Amino acid sequence: MRSNGYAVEVENLTRIFGDFKAVNDISFQVEKGEIFGFLGANGAGKTTTIRMLCGLLLPSSGQATVAGFDIYKEYEKIKQHIGYMSQKFSLYEDLTVRENIEFYGGVYGLSRKEISDRTKELLDYLNLNQQADHLTKSLPVGWKQRLALSTALLHNPPIIFLDEPTSGVDPVSRRNFWLLIYELVEQGKTVFVTTHFMDEAEYCHRLSIMKDGRIEAMGKPRELKIKYSADNLNDVFLKAVQGGAANE
Amino acid sequence: MIPIKVENIHKNYGEIKALKGVGFQVNEGEIFGLIGPDGAGKTTLMRMIVSLLFPDEGNILFMDRDVVSNNAFVRSHVGYMPQRFSLYQDLSVEENLLFFGDLFNVPKEKQHQRLERLYNFSRLGPFKKRFAGALSGGMKQKLALSCMLMHEPEIMILDEPTFGVDPVSRLEFWNILGTLRDQGITQVITTPYMDEAARCDRIALIYAGNILALDAPDKIIADFPYNIYKIASEVPHILFNNLKSVMEEKDIQLFADGVHVIDRNKMGINEMRNFLKAYLKDDEEPAQSNANLENIFLDLMHEQKEQV
Repeated sequence: MRSNGYAVEVENLTRIFGDFKAVNDISFQVEKGEIFGFLGANGAGKTTTIRMLCGLLLPSSGQATVAGFDIYKEYEKIKQHIGYMSQKFSLYEDLTVRENIEFYGGVYGLSRKEISDRTKELLDYLNLNQQADHLTKSLPVGWKQRLALSTALLHNPPIIFLDEPTSGVDPVSRRNFWLLIYELVEQGKTVFVTTHFMDEAEYCHRLSIMKDGRIEAMGKPRELKIKYSADNLNDVFLKAVQGGAANE
Repeated sequence: MIPIKVENIHKNYGEIKALKGVGFQVNEGEIFGLIGPDGAGKTTLMRMIVSLLFPDEGNILFMDRDVVSNNAFVRSHVGYMPQRFSLYQDLSVEENLLFFGDLFNVPKEKQHQRLERLYNFSRLGPFKKRFAGALSGGMKQKLALSCMLMHEPEIMILDEPTFGVDPVSRLEFWNILGTLRDQGITQVITTPYMDEAARCDRIALIYAGNILALDAPDKIIADFPYNIYKIASEVPHILFNNLKSVMEEKDIQLFADGVHVIDRNKMGINEMRNFLKAYLKDDEEPAQSNANLENIFLDLMHEQKEQV
């Protein structure tokens, strides 16, 4: 499948577990430099889709490319070209801040020189020099979140997947996090994000809302509010997901 | 009877001061919200109320009894749903409910009556044979709540019950809590969602071990002393960064659909419009807006940081 310059391109993607269609024939594209919000009800198929796009699970049918690479054949390449950050932050609490950065540098196959350069760069950027040799578990949640994002960016990937990145984070840190996301996008990176916070979903350039393995709604936040005659995205979500149920 | 009374609680973990002199009272039949981010001290408080953890200083009364010396009483009258509730993934919905019935010594014949009632309001009836591990996130939370209701506690303590739950299931969950309130069950709940905070009868905004505000949500909003102007913008992050050069950072708040400005110096909207004109695009204009809980929480957090 040709990538046509999209960061992510998905065509008729389907994944079946037994007789359950977790992902049922979905298609969408994500532009380079876009913040794409991937929303949905619990169990709607978001995680299954993300696992396929990150090269962790093969589809039952359909096509997709990520960063121009085919998810069937080039999943190793995909892993080198994406960053992934989950709500659990995947940091080693018993390692220091510096050790976490160095560890992930090793995981991503950076050279010794690159690791030491990137570590210095990141500690300056995150303003974490004071805490560099403290255990990660002693950091406030907001800092852990920034550290987790930074480690996911160590290998300078063009696309970053964020899976509920702001759960449990205070409102000030959440705002700082989104300002950071916008900085990444201005550098040309593409951001693919899931969240249950609908006020945050509004920061995305474009959204899709999944239900029962299908994409129920897709568009810019403003377009979706008009389409569903809703004042806010929470109401859009309720109408998209519940409205769908009424039609069954 | 006062369901819960918390007096001047201090708790330290090593050098970390988790709670710094917290006090409040929960009234009969109300939904009381502890609102704040991770690390604020909410979970510590809840664990002390249910007698799993003792304060370094201060007292907690549960139904007028001191929790430290009455933990058996507390545990038989409370339903506590911790953040990571242990449902048995390879037991069915019904087996989980019966298990918790046994655990709380509920007589067998009563267990079955209660099952039917719980199925009614949780709408889990059609799924009673399904393994808990195969339920969606929203249904798991409903089952966890139902398990905690098997012994018909007077008081429920719910620690972030809507964590990781989608907006539809959150709404449904809150409708259930409303039903429980109608039945007279007192509830203490934590949540990071401001829309859920607004549904509580009273809330305590808690941050870094202190209560920053304590009242009914409407009252907290009505008491906020400043006007708030909302500047709708297509590119709020750019607007926010521009405004940082002319305004104090605590007076500008980033939202996804624009920037909210706190008129702390009481300039009035016209003067504010003139003052900011040079920094705004043609289609960006300050408009009078009502304060919301998020505005207030952000403001209180800044105040707190200044005091430290």
